[in-house]
Amino acid sequence: MRKVGIIGCGLTRFGEHWGEGFRELAGEAGLAAIGDAGLTGKEIEAIYGGNMSAGRMVGQEHIGALIADQAGLNPIPATRVEAACASGGLAVREAYISVASGLYDCVIAGGIEKMTDISTEQAATTLMGAGDQEWEMFFGATFAALYAMIARRHMHEYGTTEEQLAAVAVKNHEHGSLNEKAHFQNRITMEQALNSPKISDPLKLYDCSPISDGAAALVIASEDFIKRHKKEAVWIAASAQASDTLALHSRKSFTTLAASVEAGRQAFKQAGISVKDVDVAEVHDCFTIAELLALEDLGFAKKGEAGREIAGGRFRLGDSPTINSSGGLKACGHPVGATGVKQVIEVVDQLLCRNGKRQVSGAEVGLTHNVGGSGATCVVHVLRR
Amino acid sequence: MTHRKSLSLNWRRIPERYQLLGNECATCGAVFFPPRALCSKCRRKGTLEDKKLGGLGEVFTFTAVRSPPEGFEHQIPYVLAIVKLKEGPFITGMVTDVEPQEVSIGMPVRSVFRRISEDGKHGVINYAFKFVRA
Ligand SMILES: [Zn+2]
Repeated sequence: MRKVGIIGCGLTRFGEHWGEGFRELAGEAGLAAIGDAGLTGKEIEAIYGGNMSAGRMVGQEHIGALIADQAGLNPIPATRVEAACASGGLAVREAYISVASGLYDCVIAGGIEKMTDISTEQAATTLMGAGDQEWEMFFGATFAALYAMIARRHMHEYGTTEEQLAAVAVKNHEHGSLNEKAHFQNRITMEQALNSPKISDPLKLYDCSPISDGAAALVIASEDFIKRHKKEAVWIAASAQASDTLALHSRKSFTTLAASVEAGRQAFKQAGISVKDVDVAEVHDCFTIAELLALEDLGFAKKGEAGREIAGGRFRLGDSPTINSSGGLKACGHPVGATGVKQVIEVVDQLLCRNGKRQVSGAEVGLTHNVGGSGATCVVHVLRR
Repeated sequence: MTHRKSLSLNWRRIPERYQLLGNECATCGAVFFPPRALCSKCRRKGTLEDKKLGGLGEVFTFTAVRSPPEGFEHQIPYVLAIVKLKEGPFITGMVTDVEPQEVSIGMPVRSVFRRISEDGKHGVINYAFKFVRA
Protein backbone atom coordinates (compact mmCIF):
# COMPACT_ATOMS: atom_id res chain seq x y z
CA MET A 1 0.00 0.00 0.00
CA ARG A 2 1.23 3.52 -0.82
CA LYS A 3 1.63 6.36 1.64
CA VAL A 4 -1.42 8.63 1.59
CA GLY A 5 -1.90 12.16 2.88
CA ILE A 6 -4.58 14.80 3.36
CA ILE A 7 -3.89 18.11 1.59
CA GLY A 8 -7.14 20.03 1.81
CA CYS A 9 -10.13 20.48 4.11
CA GLY A 10 -13.53 22.09 3.66
CA LEU A 11 -16.22 22.40 6.30
CA THR A 12 -19.57 24.18 6.47
CA ARG A 13 -20.88 25.54 9.73
CA PHE A 14 -22.78 22.79 11.57
CA GLY A 15 -26.27 23.68 12.75
CA GLU A 16 -29.69 24.50 11.34
CA HIS A 17 -29.29 25.70 7.77
CA TRP A 18 -32.76 26.97 6.90
CA GLY A 19 -31.53 28.85 3.84
CA GLU A 20 -29.24 26.24 2.32
CA GLY A 21 -30.27 22.88 0.94
CA PHE A 22 -28.45 19.59 0.61
CA ARG A 23 -26.78 20.56 -2.66
CA GLU A 24 -25.57 23.97 -1.48
CA LEU A 25 -23.93 22.41 1.61
CA ALA A 26 -22.28 19.68 -0.47
CA GLY A 27 -20.95 22.21 -2.97
CA GLU A 28 -19.68 24.59 -0.26
CA ALA A 29 -17.63 21.91 1.56
CA GLY A 30 -16.27 20.33 -1.64
CA LEU A 31 -15.17 23.59 -3.20
CA ALA A 32 -13.61 24.77 0.07
CA ALA A 33 -11.54 21.56 0.29
CA ILE A 34 -10.28 21.91 -3.30
CA GLY A 35 -9.45 25.56 -2.63
CA ASP A 36 -7.67 24.71 0.64
CA ALA A 37 -5.53 22.19 -1.27
CA GLY A 38 -4.65 24.89 -3.81
CA LEU A 39 -5.97 22.79 -6.69
CA THR A 40 -8.22 23.72 -9.60
CA GLY A 41 -10.43 20.61 -9.39
CA LYS A 42 -9.09 19.07 -12.61
CA GLU A 43 -6.70 16.95 -10.52
CA ILE A 44 -9.56 15.17 -8.68
CA GLU A 45 -10.10 11.64 -10.03
CA ALA A 46 -12.95 10.32 -7.88
CA ILE A 47 -15.37 11.24 -5.08
CA TYR A 48 -16.47 9.17 -2.08
CA GLY A 49 -19.43 10.77 -0.34
CA GLY A 50 -20.64 9.62 3.07
CA ASN A 51 -24.36 10.03 3.65
CA MET A 52 -26.73 8.07 5.84
CA SER A 53 -30.22 8.85 4.72
CA ALA A 54 -30.83 11.66 2.24
CA GLY A 55 -33.67 9.53 0.86
CA ARG A 56 -35.65 9.86 4.07
CA MET A 57 -34.31 13.23 5.18
CA VAL A 58 -34.80 15.19 1.96
CA GLY A 59 -36.25 12.62 -0.47
CA GLN A 60 -33.08 12.55 -2.54
CA GLU A 61 -31.07 9.46 -3.48
CA HIS A 62 -28.22 9.12 -5.99
CA ILE A 63 -26.03 11.30 -3.79
CA GLY A 64 -22.72 10.45 -5.47
CA ALA A 65 -23.84 11.85 -8.80
CA LEU A 66 -25.42 14.89 -7.13
CA ILE A 67 -22.16 15.80 -5.37
CA ALA A 68 -20.08 15.47 -8.55
CA ASP A 69 -22.64 17.60 -10.39
CA GLN A 70 -22.69 20.33 -7.70
CA ALA A 71 -18.90 20.45 -7.48
CA GLY A 72 -18.67 20.73 -11.28
CA LEU A 73 -16.58 17.58 -11.38
CA ASN A 74 -18.43 15.47 -13.98
CA PRO A 75 -17.54 12.99 -15.46
CA ILE A 76 -15.36 11.52 -12.66
CA PRO A 77 -16.73 8.52 -10.72
CA ALA A 78 -18.70 9.49 -7.61
CA THR A 79 -19.78 6.91 -5.05
CA ARG A 80 -22.06 7.19 -2.03
CA VAL A 81 -20.80 5.40 1.09
CA GLU A 82 -23.22 4.43 3.87
CA ALA A 83 -22.64 3.03 7.35
CA ALA A 84 -25.17 5.06 9.36
CA CYS A 85 -23.37 7.60 11.61
CA ALA A 86 -20.02 6.14 10.47
CA SER A 87 -20.73 6.98 6.80
CA GLY A 88 -18.25 9.89 6.85
CA GLY A 89 -15.41 7.95 8.44
CA LEU A 90 -16.03 5.14 6.02
CA ALA A 91 -15.97 7.53 3.04
CA VAL A 92 -12.52 8.68 4.24
CA ARG A 93 -11.44 5.04 4.47
CA GLU A 94 -12.77 4.14 1.00
CA ALA A 95 -11.00 7.18 -0.44
CA TYR A 96 -7.82 6.20 1.42
CA ILE A 97 -7.98 2.64 0.04
CA SER A 98 -8.51 3.92 -3.51
CA VAL A 99 -5.32 6.01 -3.32
CA ALA A 100 -3.23 3.62 -1.20
CA SER A 101 -3.97 0.81 -3.64
CA GLY A 102 -2.56 2.86 -6.52
CA LEU A 103 -5.85 3.19 -8.40
CA TYR A 104 -6.03 7.00 -8.02
CA ASP A 105 -3.61 9.78 -7.10
CA CYS A 106 -6.02 12.43 -5.87
CA VAL A 107 -9.61 12.02 -4.66
CA ILE A 108 -12.23 13.72 -2.47
CA ALA A 109 -13.74 12.15 0.64
CA GLY A 110 -16.86 13.99 1.69
CA GLY A 111 -19.74 13.63 4.10
CA ILE A 112 -23.09 15.36 4.34
CA GLU A 113 -26.42 15.22 6.11
CA LYS A 114 -29.40 17.59 5.92
CA MET A 115 -31.51 16.65 8.93
CA THR A 116 -33.65 19.65 9.85
CA ASP A 117 -36.03 19.45 6.88
CA ILE A 118 -38.07 16.81 8.76
CA SER A 119 -39.64 16.72 12.23
CA THR A 120 -37.76 15.51 15.31
CA GLU A 121 -39.95 12.37 15.45
CA GLN A 122 -39.26 11.62 11.79
CA ALA A 123 -35.54 12.19 12.34
CA ALA A 124 -35.58 9.83 15.37
CA THR A 125 -37.31 7.17 13.28
CA THR A 126 -34.91 7.65 10.39
CA LEU A 127 -31.83 7.45 12.63
CA MET A 128 -33.18 4.28 14.21
CA GLY A 129 -32.81 2.70 10.78
CA ALA A 130 -29.18 2.32 11.86
CA GLY A 131 -30.33 -0.21 14.44
CA ASP A 132 -32.31 -3.39 13.95
CA GLN A 133 -35.62 -2.46 12.30
CA GLU A 134 -37.34 -5.77 13.07
CA TRP A 135 -36.12 -6.44 16.61
CA GLU A 136 -35.34 -3.04 18.17
CA MET A 137 -37.19 -0.31 16.29
CA PHE A 138 -40.38 -2.39 15.99
CA PHE A 139 -40.57 -2.54 19.80
CA GLY A 140 -40.20 1.23 20.28
CA ALA A 141 -36.42 1.62 20.56
CA THR A 142 -34.79 4.93 19.68
CA PHE A 143 -31.05 5.59 19.61
CA ALA A 144 -31.32 7.52 22.85
CA ALA A 145 -33.07 4.47 24.36
CA LEU A 146 -30.30 2.09 23.25
CA TYR A 147 -27.53 4.32 24.63
CA ALA A 148 -29.62 4.89 27.77
CA MET A 149 -29.68 1.12 28.32
CA ILE A 150 -25.90 1.04 27.80
CA ALA A 151 -25.54 3.88 30.33
CA ARG A 152 -27.78 2.13 32.89
CA ARG A 153 -25.68 -1.02 32.60
CA HIS A 154 -22.42 0.96 32.81
CA MET A 155 -23.70 2.62 35.99
CA HIS A 156 -24.67 -0.79 37.39
CA GLU A 157 -21.35 -2.47 36.59
CA TYR A 158 -18.89 0.37 37.25
CA GLY A 159 -20.67 2.91 39.44
CA THR A 160 -20.72 5.56 36.70
CA THR A 161 -22.96 8.50 37.70
CA GLU A 162 -25.24 11.01 36.00
CA GLU A 163 -22.83 13.75 37.15
CA GLN A 164 -19.96 12.02 35.32
CA LEU A 165 -22.06 11.87 32.14
CA ALA A 166 -22.91 15.57 32.55
CA ALA A 167 -19.17 16.32 32.88
CA VAL A 168 -18.69 15.04 29.30
CA ALA A 169 -21.30 17.53 28.05
CA VAL A 170 -19.78 20.40 30.05
CA LYS A 171 -16.29 19.66 28.65
CA ASN A 172 -17.47 19.35 25.06
CA HIS A 173 -19.55 22.55 25.24
CA GLU A 174 -16.47 24.31 26.62
CA HIS A 175 -14.56 23.17 23.51
CA GLY A 176 -17.50 24.02 21.23
CA SER A 177 -17.51 27.57 22.58
CA LEU A 178 -14.12 28.01 20.87
CA ASN A 179 -15.30 26.63 17.51
CA GLU A 180 -16.98 29.07 15.13
CA LYS A 181 -18.26 26.13 13.03
CA ALA A 182 -19.97 24.43 15.99
CA HIS A 183 -23.75 23.99 16.26
CA PHE A 184 -23.59 25.05 19.94
CA GLN A 185 -21.01 27.66 20.89
CA ASN A 186 -22.24 28.19 24.43
CA ARG A 187 -20.73 26.89 27.65
CA ILE A 188 -23.06 25.02 29.96
CA THR A 189 -22.96 24.35 33.69
CA MET A 190 -23.24 21.03 35.49
CA GLU A 191 -26.59 22.18 36.91
CA GLN A 192 -27.96 23.00 33.44
CA ALA A 193 -26.96 19.57 32.16
CA LEU A 194 -28.36 17.70 35.16
CA ASN A 195 -31.63 19.66 35.15
CA SER A 196 -32.28 19.38 31.40
CA PRO A 197 -35.41 17.44 30.33
CA LYS A 198 -35.29 13.65 30.44
CA ILE A 199 -35.12 12.05 27.00
CA SER A 200 -34.63 8.39 27.85
CA ASP A 201 -33.66 7.73 31.48
CA PRO A 202 -30.93 8.16 32.61
CA LEU A 203 -30.08 10.29 29.54
CA LYS A 204 -31.23 13.90 29.45
CA LEU A 205 -31.31 16.48 26.69
CA TYR A 206 -27.70 17.55 27.40
CA ASP A 207 -26.51 13.95 27.15
CA CYS A 208 -27.60 13.86 23.49
CA SER A 209 -25.94 15.25 20.37
CA PRO A 210 -28.25 17.54 18.37
CA ILE A 211 -29.92 17.07 15.00
CA SER A 212 -27.77 19.17 12.65
CA ASP A 213 -27.17 20.04 9.03
CA GLY A 214 -23.66 20.17 7.67
CA ALA A 215 -21.09 18.97 5.18
CA ALA A 216 -17.36 18.28 5.24
CA ALA A 217 -14.79 17.34 2.59
CA LEU A 218 -11.14 16.33 2.34
CA VAL A 219 -8.69 16.14 -0.54
CA ILE A 220 -6.70 12.91 -0.21
CA ALA A 221 -3.62 12.22 -2.34
CA SER A 222 -0.69 9.88 -2.82
CA GLU A 223 2.79 10.73 -1.52
CA ASP A 224 3.96 10.97 -5.11
CA PHE A 225 1.23 13.51 -5.98
CA ILE A 226 1.91 15.49 -2.80
CA LYS A 227 5.66 15.74 -3.55
CA ARG A 228 5.09 16.52 -7.21
CA HIS A 229 2.74 19.39 -6.35
CA LYS A 230 4.79 20.49 -3.28
CA LYS A 231 1.81 20.32 -0.89
CA GLU A 232 1.79 20.37 2.89
CA ALA A 233 0.16 17.16 4.15
CA VAL A 234 -1.02 15.28 7.19
CA TRP A 235 -0.38 11.57 6.71
CA ILE A 236 -2.89 8.77 7.23
CA ALA A 237 -0.87 6.39 9.41
CA ALA A 238 -3.70 3.90 9.90
CA SER A 239 -7.19 3.20 8.62
CA ALA A 240 -9.15 0.44 10.34
CA GLN A 241 -12.75 -0.73 10.35
CA ALA A 242 -14.65 -3.40 12.25
CA SER A 243 -18.24 -4.66 12.49
CA ASP A 244 -20.48 -6.12 15.18
CA THR A 245 -24.07 -7.31 15.48
CA LEU A 246 -26.69 -4.85 14.25
CA ALA A 247 -28.79 -5.20 17.41
CA LEU A 248 -27.38 -4.18 20.78
CA HIS A 249 -29.05 -7.13 22.54
CA SER A 250 -27.05 -9.65 20.47
CA ARG A 251 -23.67 -8.47 21.87
CA LYS A 252 -21.55 -10.27 24.46
CA SER A 253 -21.26 -7.05 26.46
CA PHE A 254 -23.38 -3.88 26.53
CA THR A 255 -20.73 -1.77 28.25
CA THR A 256 -18.05 -2.05 25.58
CA LEU A 257 -18.28 -1.70 21.80
CA ALA A 258 -16.34 -4.67 20.47
CA ALA A 259 -16.04 -3.01 17.04
CA SER A 260 -14.27 -0.03 18.67
CA VAL A 261 -11.88 -2.32 20.52
CA GLU A 262 -11.07 -4.22 17.32
CA ALA A 263 -10.75 -1.18 15.02
CA GLY A 264 -8.61 0.58 17.65
CA ARG A 265 -6.33 -2.45 18.06
CA GLN A 266 -5.83 -2.71 14.29
CA ALA A 267 -5.22 1.04 13.92
CA PHE A 268 -2.56 1.19 16.66
CA LYS A 269 -0.83 -1.83 15.11
CA GLN A 270 -0.87 -0.34 11.60
CA ALA A 271 0.48 2.98 12.83
CA GLY A 272 3.05 1.31 15.04
CA ILE A 273 2.04 3.42 18.05
CA SER A 274 0.37 2.93 21.40
CA VAL A 275 -2.53 4.89 22.84
CA LYS A 276 -0.02 6.90 24.94
CA ASP A 277 1.39 8.45 21.75
CA VAL A 278 -1.92 10.14 20.85
CA ASP A 279 -1.97 13.91 21.48
CA VAL A 280 -5.43 14.71 20.21
CA ALA A 281 -8.48 12.58 19.40
CA GLU A 282 -11.99 13.06 18.13
CA VAL A 283 -14.20 10.25 19.45
CA HIS A 284 -17.83 9.44 18.72
CA ASP A 285 -19.85 11.09 21.51
CA CYS A 286 -23.34 10.81 19.97
CA PHE A 287 -24.38 10.52 23.63
CA THR A 288 -22.25 11.35 26.66
CA ILE A 289 -22.05 7.65 27.61
CA ALA A 290 -20.61 6.94 24.13
CA GLU A 291 -17.57 9.12 24.90
CA LEU A 292 -16.92 7.07 28.05
CA LEU A 293 -17.16 3.83 26.06
CA ALA A 294 -14.83 5.21 23.37
CA LEU A 295 -12.21 6.29 25.93
CA GLU A 296 -12.30 2.87 27.58
CA ASP A 297 -12.52 0.80 24.39
CA LEU A 298 -9.59 2.62 22.76
CA GLY A 299 -7.51 2.45 25.93
CA PHE A 300 -7.43 6.15 26.89
CA ALA A 301 -8.98 5.14 30.23
CA LYS A 302 -9.21 1.88 32.16
CA LYS A 303 -12.50 -0.03 31.83
CA GLY A 304 -15.09 1.64 34.04
CA GLU A 305 -12.84 4.61 34.89
CA ALA A 306 -13.57 7.11 32.08
CA GLY A 307 -16.43 8.82 33.94
CA ARG A 308 -14.32 9.46 37.02
CA GLU A 309 -11.41 10.70 34.87
CA ILE A 310 -13.53 13.24 32.98
CA ALA A 311 -15.29 14.43 36.13
CA GLY A 312 -11.79 14.89 37.57
CA GLY A 313 -10.93 17.30 34.76
CA ARG A 314 -9.05 15.03 32.36
CA PHE A 315 -9.16 15.19 28.52
CA ARG A 316 -9.95 18.93 28.42
CA LEU A 317 -8.13 21.36 26.18
CA GLY A 318 -4.63 21.63 27.61
CA ASP A 319 -4.61 18.05 28.90
CA SER A 320 -2.87 15.29 26.94
CA PRO A 321 -4.59 13.80 25.11
CA THR A 322 -7.25 16.40 24.41
CA ILE A 323 -10.49 14.62 23.52
CA ASN A 324 -13.05 16.22 21.19
CA SER A 325 -11.47 19.65 20.85
CA SER A 326 -14.07 20.47 18.15
CA GLY A 327 -16.81 20.18 20.76
CA GLY A 328 -17.48 16.62 19.66
CA LEU A 329 -20.80 15.50 18.28
CA LYS A 330 -22.37 16.93 21.44
CA ALA A 331 -21.51 20.60 20.88
CA CYS A 332 -20.11 20.80 17.33
CA GLY A 333 -23.23 18.99 16.12
CA HIS A 334 -23.95 15.69 14.43
CA PRO A 335 -25.02 15.84 10.79
CA VAL A 336 -24.52 12.09 10.72
CA GLY A 337 -22.93 11.58 7.29
CA ALA A 338 -20.60 14.56 7.78
CA THR A 339 -19.40 13.78 11.31
CA GLY A 340 -16.67 11.25 10.46
CA VAL A 341 -15.13 13.64 7.92
CA LYS A 342 -15.35 16.60 10.32
CA GLN A 343 -13.47 14.56 12.94
CA VAL A 344 -10.59 14.10 10.49
CA ILE A 345 -10.62 17.81 9.61
CA GLU A 346 -10.41 18.78 13.30
CA VAL A 347 -7.38 16.53 13.78
CA VAL A 348 -5.72 17.74 10.56
CA ASP A 349 -6.15 21.35 11.72
CA GLN A 350 -4.64 20.45 15.10
CA LEU A 351 -1.64 18.72 13.49
CA LEU A 352 -1.09 21.64 11.09
CA CYS A 353 -1.26 24.11 14.02
CA ARG A 354 -4.05 26.09 12.40
CA ASN A 355 -6.76 25.55 14.99
CA GLY A 356 -6.85 29.02 16.52
CA LYS A 357 -8.26 29.32 20.03
CA ARG A 358 -8.50 25.58 20.54
CA GLN A 359 -5.03 24.65 19.27
CA VAL A 360 -3.40 21.79 21.20
CA SER A 361 0.25 22.83 21.34
CA GLY A 362 2.78 20.47 19.82
CA ALA A 363 0.22 17.89 18.61
CA GLU A 364 1.94 15.32 16.40
CA VAL A 365 -0.29 12.25 16.49
CA GLY A 366 -4.07 12.33 16.22
CA LEU A 367 -6.85 9.76 16.16
CA THR A 368 -10.45 9.74 14.92
CA HIS A 369 -13.10 7.27 16.05
CA ASN A 370 -16.44 7.11 14.22
CA VAL A 371 -19.25 4.73 15.22
CA GLY A 372 -22.27 3.60 13.21
CA GLY A 373 -25.50 2.80 15.04
CA SER A 374 -25.07 1.41 18.54
CA GLY A 375 -21.66 0.04 17.53
CA ALA A 376 -22.27 -2.25 14.54
CA THR A 377 -19.64 -0.32 12.55
CA CYS A 378 -16.53 1.41 13.82
CA VAL A 379 -13.92 3.27 11.77
CA VAL A 380 -10.65 4.48 13.32
CA HIS A 381 -7.97 6.59 11.64
CA VAL A 382 -4.55 7.59 12.95
CA LEU A 383 -3.05 10.76 11.51
CA ARG A 384 0.49 12.13 11.82
CA ARG A 385 2.39 15.20 10.85
CA MET B 1 -42.01 11.56 4.27
CA THR B 2 -43.31 8.62 6.31
CA HIS B 3 -43.84 5.51 4.27
CA ARG B 4 -46.49 3.07 5.45
CA LYS B 5 -45.06 -0.38 6.03
CA SER B 6 -46.30 -3.22 3.83
CA LEU B 7 -48.43 -5.94 5.43
CA SER B 8 -45.93 -8.68 4.62
CA LEU B 9 -43.04 -6.85 6.36
CA ASN B 10 -44.48 -7.65 9.78
CA TRP B 11 -46.69 -10.62 8.80
CA ARG B 12 -43.62 -12.77 8.09
CA ARG B 13 -42.39 -12.27 11.67
CA ILE B 14 -45.68 -13.39 13.28
CA PRO B 15 -44.55 -16.88 14.45
CA GLU B 16 -41.49 -15.35 16.13
CA ARG B 17 -43.22 -12.34 17.66
CA TYR B 18 -46.50 -14.06 18.66
CA GLN B 19 -45.12 -17.39 19.93
CA LEU B 20 -41.48 -16.56 20.77
CA LEU B 21 -40.33 -19.06 18.16
CA GLY B 22 -36.53 -19.08 18.09
CA ASN B 23 -34.08 -21.78 17.15
CA GLU B 24 -31.38 -23.96 18.68
CA CYS B 25 -28.15 -25.29 17.20
CA ALA B 26 -28.15 -29.10 17.51
CA THR B 27 -24.34 -29.08 17.19
CA CYS B 28 -23.37 -26.66 19.98
CA GLY B 29 -26.62 -26.11 21.87
CA ALA B 30 -26.70 -22.32 21.39
CA VAL B 31 -30.22 -20.89 21.50
CA PHE B 32 -31.12 -17.97 19.22
CA PHE B 33 -33.96 -15.53 19.53
CA PRO B 34 -34.77 -14.01 17.13
CA PRO B 35 -33.96 -17.14 15.10
CA ARG B 36 -30.86 -17.03 12.92
CA ALA B 37 -30.30 -18.57 9.49
CA LEU B 38 -26.82 -19.66 10.55
CA CYS B 39 -25.31 -20.63 13.93
CA SER B 40 -22.85 -17.78 14.52
CA LYS B 41 -20.42 -20.19 16.27
CA CYS B 42 -20.61 -23.37 14.13
CA ARG B 43 -21.56 -21.61 10.87
CA ARG B 44 -22.04 -24.31 8.19
CA LYS B 45 -21.34 -27.15 10.62
CA GLY B 46 -24.33 -26.17 12.75
CA THR B 47 -27.83 -27.61 12.34
CA LEU B 48 -30.60 -25.28 13.45
CA GLU B 49 -33.92 -26.55 14.80
CA ASP B 50 -37.03 -24.59 15.83
CA LYS B 51 -37.33 -23.90 19.53
CA LYS B 52 -40.27 -22.25 21.30
CA LEU B 53 -39.13 -20.11 24.23
CA GLY B 54 -40.97 -19.93 27.55
CA GLY B 55 -40.98 -16.14 27.84
CA LEU B 56 -39.49 -16.06 31.34
CA GLY B 57 -36.48 -13.91 32.05
CA GLU B 58 -35.10 -10.94 33.94
CA VAL B 59 -34.49 -7.27 33.19
CA PHE B 60 -30.81 -6.88 32.26
CA THR B 61 -30.99 -3.15 31.55
CA PHE B 62 -33.82 -0.67 30.89
CA THR B 63 -34.85 2.89 30.14
CA ALA B 64 -37.99 5.00 30.19
CA VAL B 65 -38.54 6.42 26.71
CA ARG B 66 -39.92 9.99 26.89
CA SER B 67 -39.01 11.20 23.40
CA PRO B 68 -40.81 8.70 21.16
CA PRO B 69 -40.35 7.57 17.58
CA GLU B 70 -43.29 7.69 15.16
CA GLY B 71 -46.12 5.32 16.10
CA PHE B 72 -45.36 5.39 19.83
CA GLU B 73 -46.42 8.97 20.63
CA HIS B 74 -49.45 7.87 22.70
CA GLN B 75 -47.53 5.48 24.94
CA ILE B 76 -44.88 7.73 26.51
CA PRO B 77 -43.34 7.35 28.93
CA TYR B 78 -42.83 3.64 28.32
CA VAL B 79 -40.26 1.27 29.73
CA LEU B 80 -38.01 -0.42 27.20
CA ALA B 81 -35.68 -3.17 28.41
CA ILE B 82 -33.20 -5.74 27.29
CA VAL B 83 -34.44 -8.94 28.89
CA LYS B 84 -32.22 -11.95 29.49
CA LEU B 85 -34.42 -14.93 28.68
CA LYS B 86 -34.14 -18.08 30.79
CA GLU B 87 -32.96 -20.07 27.75
CA GLY B 88 -30.03 -17.63 27.22
CA PRO B 89 -30.82 -15.10 24.49
CA PHE B 90 -31.21 -11.37 25.20
CA ILE B 91 -34.09 -9.52 23.59
CA THR B 92 -35.37 -5.93 23.42
CA GLY B 93 -38.98 -5.35 24.50
CA MET B 94 -41.31 -3.13 26.50
CA VAL B 95 -42.03 -3.76 30.16
CA THR B 96 -45.67 -2.86 30.70
CA ASP B 97 -48.23 -2.47 33.52
CA VAL B 98 -45.53 -0.88 35.66
CA GLU B 99 -44.24 2.62 36.45
CA PRO B 100 -40.66 3.40 35.32
CA GLN B 101 -39.48 3.90 38.92
CA GLU B 102 -40.70 0.40 39.87
CA VAL B 103 -38.39 -1.33 37.37
CA SER B 104 -34.91 -2.48 38.37
CA ILE B 105 -32.07 -4.57 36.95
CA GLY B 106 -32.68 -8.21 37.85
CA MET B 107 -36.47 -7.87 38.07
CA PRO B 108 -38.09 -11.19 36.98
CA VAL B 109 -40.45 -10.82 34.01
CA ARG B 110 -42.66 -12.97 31.79
CA SER B 111 -43.90 -12.32 28.28
CA VAL B 112 -47.48 -11.37 27.45
CA PHE B 113 -49.17 -10.77 24.09
CA ARG B 114 -49.94 -7.08 23.49
CA ARG B 115 -50.51 -4.34 20.95
CA ILE B 116 -47.16 -2.70 20.11
CA SER B 117 -47.82 0.19 17.75
CA GLU B 118 -50.05 1.67 15.08
CA ASP B 119 -48.78 2.53 11.64
CA GLY B 120 -50.69 5.82 11.46
CA LYS B 121 -54.49 6.21 11.64
CA HIS B 122 -55.25 3.98 8.70
CA GLY B 123 -52.32 1.58 8.87
CA VAL B 124 -51.80 -1.80 10.46
CA ILE B 125 -51.89 -2.39 14.22
CA ASN B 126 -48.81 -4.38 15.21
CA TYR B 127 -48.92 -7.03 17.93
CA ALA B 128 -46.11 -8.93 19.65
CA PHE B 129 -44.79 -9.77 23.10
CA LYS B 130 -44.23 -7.30 25.90
CA PHE B 131 -43.03 -8.17 29.40
CA VAL B 132 -44.75 -7.86 32.78
CA ARG B 133 -43.43 -8.44 36.28
CA ALA B 134 -43.34 -12.22 36.94
ZN1 LIG C 1 -23.71 -24.05 16.84
